[in-house]
Amino acid sequence: MGRYVARRLLQMIPVFIGSTFLIFAMMFALPGDPVRALMGDQAFDPAVVEAIRHDRGLDLPLWQQYLKYLFELVQGNFGTEIASQRPIADIIAQAFPVTIRLTLFAFTFTVVVGIGLGIIAGLRPESVRDRGLLALTLVLISMPSFVLGYLMQYLFAFKWGVTTPTVQDSESFGDLLLPAIVLGSLSLAYVARLTRTSMAENLRADYMRTAVAKGLPRRRIIGVHLMRNSLVPVVTFLGTDIGNLMTGAIVTEGIFNVQGVGDAIYEALFRREGATVVGIASLIVLVYLLASLLVDLLYAVLDPRIRYA
Amino acid sequence: MRGAKSAKWVAGAIVVALAATACGGGSGEEGKKNPAGKPAGYVSIDVGEPQKPLIPADTNETNGSYVIQSLFTQLLDFDAKGEIVYTNAESVDTTDSKTWTVKLKSGWKFHNGEAVTAQSYVDAWNWYANIKNNQQNSFWFADIAGYDDVHPEKGDPKADKMSGLKVVDDTTFTIELKDKVPYFNYKLGYATFAPLPKVFFDDPKAFGQKPVGNGPYKFEKWTHKKLIQVAANPDYQGPNKAKNKGIQFKNYATLEAAYQDVVSGNLDIIRQVGPTDLPKYKQDLGDGAIEQPYAAIQSLVPAFYSKTFKDIDPKVLQGLSMAIDRETITKTVLNNTRTPATSFTPPQVKGNQDLGTDVFTFNPAKAKQLITEGGGVPENKLFIQYNSDGGHKEWVTAVCESIRKATGVDCVGDAKPDFPTDLEARDNDQVKSMYRGGWVADYPVNVNFLKELYHTNAESNNGRFSDKEIDKMMEDADKASSLEDAVKGYQAVEKKLLEKMPAIPLWYYRINGGHGKGVDNVAVDFHGDLELTGVTAK
Amino acid sequence: MPEKTAATAASTGAEKVTSTAAAPDTALVTKAPKPDKARSLWSDAWHDLRRNPLFLISAGLIVLLIVISAFPGLFTSASPRDADLANHYLGQPNWSHFFQPDWFGYDGQGRSIYARVVYGARASIIVGVGVTALVTILGTLVGMIAGYFGGWIDTLLSRLTDIFMGIPFLLGALVVLTSFEKRAIWVVILALVFLGWTQIARVARGSVITIKQADYVVAAKALGASTTRILTRHVLPNALAPIIVVATIALGGYIAAEATLSFLGVGLAEPTVSWGVDVSSGREQLRNAPHVLIIPSVMVSITVLSFLMFGDAVRNALDPKLR
Repeated sequence: MGRYVARRLLQMIPVFIGSTFLIFAMMFALPGDPVRALMGDQAFDPAVVEAIRHDRGLDLPLWQQYLKYLFELVQGNFGTEIASQRPIADIIAQAFPVTIRLTLFAFTFTVVVGIGLGIIAGLRPESVRDRGLLALTLVLISMPSFVLGYLMQYLFAFKWGVTTPTVQDSESFGDLLLPAIVLGSLSLAYVARLTRTSMAENLRADYMRTAVAKGLPRRRIIGVHLMRNSLVPVVTFLGTDIGNLMTGAIVTEGIFNVQGVGDAIYEALFRREGATVVGIASLIVLVYLLASLLVDLLYAVLDPRIRYA
Repeated sequence: MRGAKSAKWVAGAIVVALAATACGGGSGEEGKKNPAGKPAGYVSIDVGEPQKPLIPADTNETNGSYVIQSLFTQLLDFDAKGEIVYTNAESVDTTDSKTWTVKLKSGWKFHNGEAVTAQSYVDAWNWYANIKNNQQNSFWFADIAGYDDVHPEKGDPKADKMSGLKVVDDTTFTIELKDKVPYFNYKLGYATFAPLPKVFFDDPKAFGQKPVGNGPYKFEKWTHKKLIQVAANPDYQGPNKAKNKGIQFKNYATLEAAYQDVVSGNLDIIRQVGPTDLPKYKQDLGDGAIEQPYAAIQSLVPAFYSKTFKDIDPKVLQGLSMAIDRETITKTVLNNTRTPATSFTPPQVKGNQDLGTDVFTFNPAKAKQLITEGGGVPENKLFIQYNSDGGHKEWVTAVCESIRKATGVDCVGDAKPDFPTDLEARDNDQVKSMYRGGWVADYPVNVNFLKELYHTNAESNNGRFSDKEIDKMMEDADKASSLEDAVKGYQAVEKKLLEKMPAIPLWYYRINGGHGKGVDNVAVDFHGDLELTGVTAK
Repeated sequence: MPEKTAATAASTGAEKVTSTAAAPDTALVTKAPKPDKARSLWSDAWHDLRRNPLFLISAGLIVLLIVISAFPGLFTSASPRDADLANHYLGQPNWSHFFQPDWFGYDGQGRSIYARVVYGARASIIVGVGVTALVTILGTLVGMIAGYFGGWIDTLLSRLTDIFMGIPFLLGALVVLTSFEKRAIWVVILALVFLGWTQIARVARGSVITIKQADYVVAAKALGASTTRILTRHVLPNALAPIIVVATIALGGYIAAEATLSFLGVGLAEPTVSWGVDVSSGREQLRNAPHVLIIPSVMVSITVLSFLMFGDAVRNALDPKLR
């Protein structure tokens, strides 16, 4: 078991290095120079631009810049921003908690409502409520999050005046409710469908028939036998979805003015603050990798047939 | 089941770790949250996070400038009409436009108690101009004799002092220029010419986070991406002494969010109302609505190296100018945030004149005729380059449609995803036919809008307009020994430009901002900034 | 059981869903169809589909969308570019003016929203179909090679897939698209393919691994059939069903992705007519003229929905176990 985890962690290293390098290289390839952009469209002195570029190490070739970056990163240093000279760790420390809160909020919403709806539908396959749920989830899936976001914003803020159109305080749970629902709704639809399909399928499984034949109480059959087996694919999905929720926040945070990771990364991208983009992206990649490890480990908990050597 | 058990444990550990990050971050944030609200008598305004550390010569974007201007005072400033008002200087005089004598008011102090002397200015300017210090606005000192020694085009500086700056006594210094610049005193109003206290030179980096100035406000705190707070300086002696107790510069990600806060009373002043709220802001804010033109212009700049406009007959450009329905576009798409242009300079600058021409008036028939006379637009198609992250898409599309409908020349927007990409294409001469140009006055004289944009060697002349006659006229005007003559010289230049069409002026900017019921007396200066010192809290 | 864990990890990855290109249910279909009845699987499926109302409705909508995007001129006389500023945000849609330029009202430039919606269909359909086709080809190729040859090739390709999967989709697309100065359709397609091929590769690899061990492949090998022949005649046809299912469902996702990216300002741009572009212009006046934003949004949703329903129906037909 311990060895398995160790091996998985080792396997993560090349994937982590590979994907961060890819993002780093893409940032490097972007047209537009962050230092030049600082000067705006007013007059400036090219010699100063050159000097600043040299000062920030931006005149080095790609591989040198990357190695330098990685070397610093291993020591826990995310670097400093080109323009503001602020440590990037500061920016991350400011943005991440906001997004993590939003993501967890959305995640909880997804899990509770999604699995709940899935169970309701899955226990009675082909019933009216099952069909109704399928239709609802299809509609949710087919709405890109900006559509849902603006729709909610228009209805709740402009039409009914229930909320402010944008989040005033990125740290209050009440304010984050609407963005969390928008962010979580796509996953919610998937979770509901997945739970429903998996339950409907397992209802016909042999062990269910055995359990019923044994005369076990219905609550135990559903709660232990059916749920435990049906949740395996749902857990898989949820695990891999955390990373997506975090990047999906780029759109949602933009619409609702939440100053989290999405907002930070969008701004950094347009100002060509490469190190900031790569730093935030690396953390998201890391969350994604850890979450998928978590999922594989959860398998063993949910399904005793799987064991890790 | 051994495997399963330990799997449970590891899984649990990761969950705990993830949750801990979330909560840990959360509780850390709790401390910074709501920085004790707003102290009584303070005024809050939506000014975002400055891009760079707060050093006067290293800031040229609006957010940073706002803060710098509250903390530092230069020798002189301008009133709403663009006339000089002496602030830290008693006088700035010259007899030959080449050597300038500056007399400071005595008794001025930096916020840490140090006296503001002639040396404070000379040391600061020498430091700003030095290439080693990478100051963005260093080229502003290029008029001063000895600049090339501290700021050579290549290599290390040969000296660390400009020979043109001489301290006479504690309150007097002289500036010797390389050549005559009749309007040099106007340049001194730019924030870059601020003095620095001695503490700056000990640790410029720390200073940039916690500046010590000589201005109407003292620095209090900077919570990055949230808030900068400054308090009124009780010992300030300038004419623009703060009438409030302090300012909070609050960062908002969107104009809409800031606007909501003004309406709900959480924010006192908004500099610019977003497009969504423009149609209704006058109703919402009542007396608090601010609408005022200021000295800035937006133009279409042809790239004179491009396939479309290489060796173009200016008649074609005049025709294109007449094909743009400025009246309707400013009223509809731009929601009255601009005023149609009638010359190359905005009305707020010295020397702005009525050019007595119909080139800026919409006239489809004449537009078509002029374009045909001028030989037409090559390939009958042109592009307008803009950056799509700056809210330009709407008007570029409208201008294009106006040109297309009036003349039949196909016109399409060439969107660059962001400002850096847009600038790179301009710098590298890769503009396909025209780009959207914008210019805000640095100092309120017509020179600023003509020489810096259309002289062959001007740094911001990205259209690469080059005309010997114009260059000669500008150089002659610069040799004038009085400001009035120089301005007149440039007025002649502007008239000539109408025949050459180095750009198609579109419209002048207007500020559309507002303030809530908590404050009053919000005025706008010549380049569109709100005069924060005069604002009174109710 | 190390092999088992690897397979689990693989199937986990197959569902790594970008918020847009998504098909979580696919894990359930990654098993290969019954190999000995390949032909009857397809005809069975067709038999089912013809009776499925969901399929008929969605197929009808899709055909309509394709016709609109091929011949937009048939549906409106107005041009999507002709602007009359006198109509600037004029009024609400006139719901009774069927097929008239003012049916859906006018946008901020005074252009007919109806005309723009009609002409905007083309961009969405081209992106959706183009990306799906390329992703399927590339993903199948990589997955098949990795799954069939195994060994170090598999390790290498699988790691590569992992790396691409590790990049958050939206973030990756933002960066890739920013690096292109040209905002043309093919650029958007390439960017989506660049980041999207991994999903199909995973699925293809999984099913090829299963098929590789099937008796008929072993028999073909024993008879001395060439690798190319085995791959094209035996492996590919049998691995196709799950790939097609994933691809159809993903198609809707790509359309949504194009709209999202155009909306964020890095996808298509004026003068290209696209729903995403229109939504992003419409956000400006959400408070005063919501129809400018809502109408193209609804169009995106309907299109995505059609492809999703279509994919759903195809999946149900190809994987009878689910019914």
